[in-house]
Amino acid sequence: MSLPADASSGSRPGLRVSVDLNLCQAYAQCCYAAPRHFRIDGHEALFYDPAPAAEDRADIERARVACPVQAIRVEDPERGA
Amino acid sequence: MAQTPLRAVIVGAGLAALRGAEALREAGFTGTLTIVGDEPCRPYDRPPLSKHVLAGAIPADATTLPGSLGLDADWQLGNAATGLDRESRTVRLADGGTLPYDRLLIATGTRARPWPNPHEGRLAGVFTLRGRDDAAALRRALAAGPKRVLVIGGGFIGCEVASLCRQLGLPVTLVEPGPTLLARVLGSTIGAFIGAIHEGHGVDLRCGREVEWLEGAEGRLVRAHLVDGARIDADVAVIALGAVRNTAWLDGSGLSADPGGVDCDAEGHVLDAAGRPDPCIAAAGDVARFPHPLYDGQRVALEHWSHAVAQGLYAGRLLAGAAPGRTYGALPTFWSTQGDLVVKSAGLTQGADAVAITQGDPAAGRFVALYGRAGRCIAAVSVDAARWLPAHAELVAAGAPFPPRGTATDRPKGVAVVAPGFP
Repeated sequence: MSLPADASSGSRPGLRVSVDLNLCQAYAQCCYAAPRHFRIDGHEALFYDPAPAAEDRADIERARVACPVQAIRVEDPERGA
Repeated sequence: MAQTPLRAVIVGAGLAALRGAEALREAGFTGTLTIVGDEPCRPYDRPPLSKHVLAGAIPADATTLPGSLGLDADWQLGNAATGLDRESRTVRLADGGTLPYDRLLIATGTRARPWPNPHEGRLAGVFTLRGRDDAAALRRALAAGPKRVLVIGGGFIGCEVASLCRQLGLPVTLVEPGPTLLARVLGSTIGAFIGAIHEGHGVDLRCGREVEWLEGAEGRLVRAHLVDGARIDADVAVIALGAVRNTAWLDGSGLSADPGGVDCDAEGHVLDAAGRPDPCIAAAGDVARFPHPLYDGQRVALEHWSHAVAQGLYAGRLLAGAAPGRTYGALPTFWSTQGDLVVKSAGLTQGADAVAITQGDPAAGRFVALYGRAGRCIAAVSVDAARWLPAHAELVAAGAPFPPRGTATDRPKGVAVVAPGFP
């Protein structure tokens, strides 16, 4: 697949992360795996960085895999994920 | 597939459009794919806008959704669709161009309902919150340290903004005409519990009150006047009066559409004014009004993140010709993060005649409420108790008898059934 010409519109280079917060049950495994990018506020309010730097991909991948309910989706442009 | 490649057009560039486009490709659609959006940017995630973007934790443009790269598509961004001609199968665009289609996905979503007085709505300091630019502008206003923020409307967005203001240490007043916060969606019984939590965090809550007009000085908001004569000095106001569906561009198309949505049949194809499905066109996300099989075919249009994903995927497969197999009817679910508080729901509360606290205790700020109608479970809502929700969602999906037995493992006295308090 080829990238469209205007792929950069409005976006920064790096990873893209989204979490399905319907699924999230605040097990907080992501917070242990990637503490700089995931945090639980209060009892179960997840904060996550939706645009981590590319060099943090190992932490982010660890968080994605650790999630017991598989709620984390990651896009890595360099890997075509 | 035919020799001439089929042309798919997706109108809308939000979550439902993106997931629909992905599903179309994954289902084997090899024709051309064009995605039309009125905003100049790729699909982005809205939930963080009213939370982390307003808090300043992330910039508004960091919310671009995963999946928007690498999709083989022609993006027509910053170029709204203005009309649909089903005879010639073309979409008209704001720049005067036209796009022919063989398959069309309508995913134009909603926009914020504006303040009814346009002059007052244009005062500096008056905001609505729907898009990325709205969030960036409101963030700048909050970061400037307003003396007081007025939130008009006690639905989910209003609750999220008000609690966020408290997290920022800003004085905030929320005015809601209903008897409690969230009364229309959750009923006043559960709404009152949630309101008490927000008041505990310092939100000045004025329920059963209404803003009559907004007063400006030199073009800037200075205060709001309530119907009962009270005045609230505020330099920022957030209009949180719900959403209007973006269907005006369908005027004259012959489709059955109004500000409540565009009608679809149970398969997901849109209906014309005579109720006949158009097999070339599907709709998905906030804008689609469809008969929900879990709720006796009641026609609903759902503004939920999970619904945009699920119906987008469904519609993409449908348009690709990969028969989805069964009618669309995912259990509606949503979440709302209000400060540190998380409210989640499964099912639809509409028409509930009873509500039971089945887990936890509202006085402790963590509980699950199960809604019943005519002796069946129709919805469940968790407040800081998400781990209990999936088990309750199963009861809802199965239409299990209400009140349920044996769910209240931490409530020795069993469930308490009360009136839900819908207006």
